[in-house]
Amino acid sequence: MTTTTTTTAGGIQAVKPTVSSHLRDYWARVRGGDLGSLPAVLGLLVLFLIFSTARTDTFLSALNFANLFNQGAQVTFIAMGLVFVLLLGEIDLSAGYASGVCGAVMAILLTNKGMEWYVAIPAAMITGIIIGFSIGLLVAKLGIPSFVVTLAAFLGFQGVLLTMLGGGKNVSITDEFVRALNNDNLSVLWSWIFTIAAVVGYAVVQLNRYRRRTSRKLITDPLGIVLLRIGGLAVLLIAATLVLTQERAINPAINSLKGVPIVVPIIAVALVVWTFVLGRTTYGRHVYAVGGNSEAARRAGIPVDRIRISVFVIGSFMASIGGILIVSRASSVDPNTGGSNILLYSVGAAVIGGTSLFGGKGKVVNAVIGGAVIAVIDNGMGLMGFSSGQKYIFTGLVLLAAASVDALARRRAASTGNR
Amino acid sequence: MAATPLLELRGIDKSFGPVQVLHDVGLNVYPGEVTALVGDNGAGKSTLVKCISGIYTIDSGTVTFDGKEVAIHSPRDASALGIEVVYQDLALCDNLDIVQNMFLGREKKSGIVLDEDTMEEMAGETLRSLSVRTVKSLRQLVSSLSGGQRQTVAIAKAVLWNSRIVILDEPTAALGVAQTAQVLELVRRLADNGLGVVLISHNMNDVFAVSDRIAALYLGRMAAQVKASDVTHSQVVELITGGRSGNLGLPPEKPSDFVDITPGDAQ
Repeated sequence: MTTTTTTTAGGIQAVKPTVSSHLRDYWARVRGGDLGSLPAVLGLLVLFLIFSTARTDTFLSALNFANLFNQGAQVTFIAMGLVFVLLLGEIDLSAGYASGVCGAVMAILLTNKGMEWYVAIPAAMITGIIIGFSIGLLVAKLGIPSFVVTLAAFLGFQGVLLTMLGGGKNVSITDEFVRALNNDNLSVLWSWIFTIAAVVGYAVVQLNRYRRRTSRKLITDPLGIVLLRIGGLAVLLIAATLVLTQERAINPAINSLKGVPIVVPIIAVALVVWTFVLGRTTYGRHVYAVGGNSEAARRAGIPVDRIRISVFVIGSFMASIGGILIVSRASSVDPNTGGSNILLYSVGAAVIGGTSLFGGKGKVVNAVIGGAVIAVIDNGMGLMGFSSGQKYIFTGLVLLAAASVDALARRRAASTGNR
Repeated sequence: MAATPLLELRGIDKSFGPVQVLHDVGLNVYPGEVTALVGDNGAGKSTLVKCISGIYTIDSGTVTFDGKEVAIHSPRDASALGIEVVYQDLALCDNLDIVQNMFLGREKKSGIVLDEDTMEEMAGETLRSLSVRTVKSLRQLVSSLSGGQRQTVAIAKAVLWNSRIVILDEPTAALGVAQTAQVLELVRRLADNGLGVVLISHNMNDVFAVSDRIAALYLGRMAAQVKASDVTHSQVVELITGGRSGNLGLPPEKPSDFVDITPGDAQ
């Protein structure tokens, strides 16, 4: 084992990382309580193995695999927004019904007012932004705990949704564009173009970063790890695309079903955009700072109140997209759209994926991984013939396990000086 | 030693409602020197520092910086002049790394993207200029640093901005022996690099170890500002506890002076 010492970044001595030392560092961080998405990824693998052995024919079918994305889309979108809220140590209990209200705004504009999708969809998104801004204002400026504000909003929006739908009527939509969003698939050609673009894009970003940092003599992850990451993503995406481009219709003669669901690139775009915002912009840095130590952030001149309002805006905006997608999926909106377990599943998705409930720690990708865990549990247990009651109990236990992992990791981190 | 002070306070008064916390306080801070600001709990040290750093505005008195009279109304005014404060509770974000903390609120950007590489280089250079070589990686989370290292990062953050005056509020309060020595060495180096350093401390050993001048506050009044070499340990203690020591310090007070003074700052 050779270690090369290098002098970087203005004379600070550092050990140049090798592949094995990188892995050892990673393992040390995990032992020190910095788990990230690891438990969720492992959990996802285990669940996948269990369900695919128990229900090889149904769970492992291409049809069901595609369904997972469509079913999980709403929860995943709400969870991505909630990551921002949770990063500040706040909570948004109203996100579920906010998504329902936004979905209803779209459906009513489309069906009852006869408007086009390019009016109705932005209207739903703006509704989400207004909802988030109001909640954020109450939390940041009046200082009401977000738990209480959003609990009130949770009840309120439930009523708003009922009233909008005239006391419980069901509004259907027929707009082809909106229905396609969470029902249709990309053509096989576009599926592959999308997959290859994603892999190449990731590779370019990673390699460019490696090249830039090496040329400036800054410490980088070893090239082996960078290539491993790119390779891993490529294998994963290509395998998934191979499955999804198979014919999966029960009767292909009537209605051919193949290609990556359209919702997948929508999720991917949201994931990339928000990951960029959190990781590469001043705004994202300030969100982490306020979540980590709001007093330090205030002294550093960061507008803490504005950051606090903005995360609720992002939260409700993402909830509105979740609402649009669920209305698209069901082709209708009813008083329970965004109700029942949607909110709890979304919070669960963010937390299971590794976002800390204590603020300051989390990534947008956590929401996607957590959303996948939730979708797999819901779908897999359904296929195995478990009742709804049993599914809720199991999902509750998984959420509890994730929250315990979060709390234990924090204690572990505190005891290893890794606060 | 430099003859003209970099920062000169004259006749500073500050009241909170009916409570006058600072009475006619004067203070000189010279470049290249460490000025220790000592005083008992409630003597007004923190209030004075907050007045200098713009968190409080003064009721009356003048602040002269670099020969020009200035008005400091906000922390931004203070940073614009080059006055940086390192707070007792450090004000670092545990969930961010060293570079991210040092540039917090003043990030370098190229376009809309954070310029991480430039920030990392600048952070490294600053740490090197302070002869800090004890951190493993600049990308270490601050939560994984020891108390002394955290203090070092907080100080480095303050000097990153071409600051002229660095005010350190009890930098060694929570540190062990070795780490205290390390931080004091760093404090001395700041002054040797030409900065004006104000060190607030309760610890006489620290004060005599690094400071050139000692300013003692007593119940909101400046009891004396003297060269460290001209006074003894016990004289400074007398200045802190009684406001006077021999012919140094405040004139003997009338008992009525005490009536309206309620120390208003929490230490």
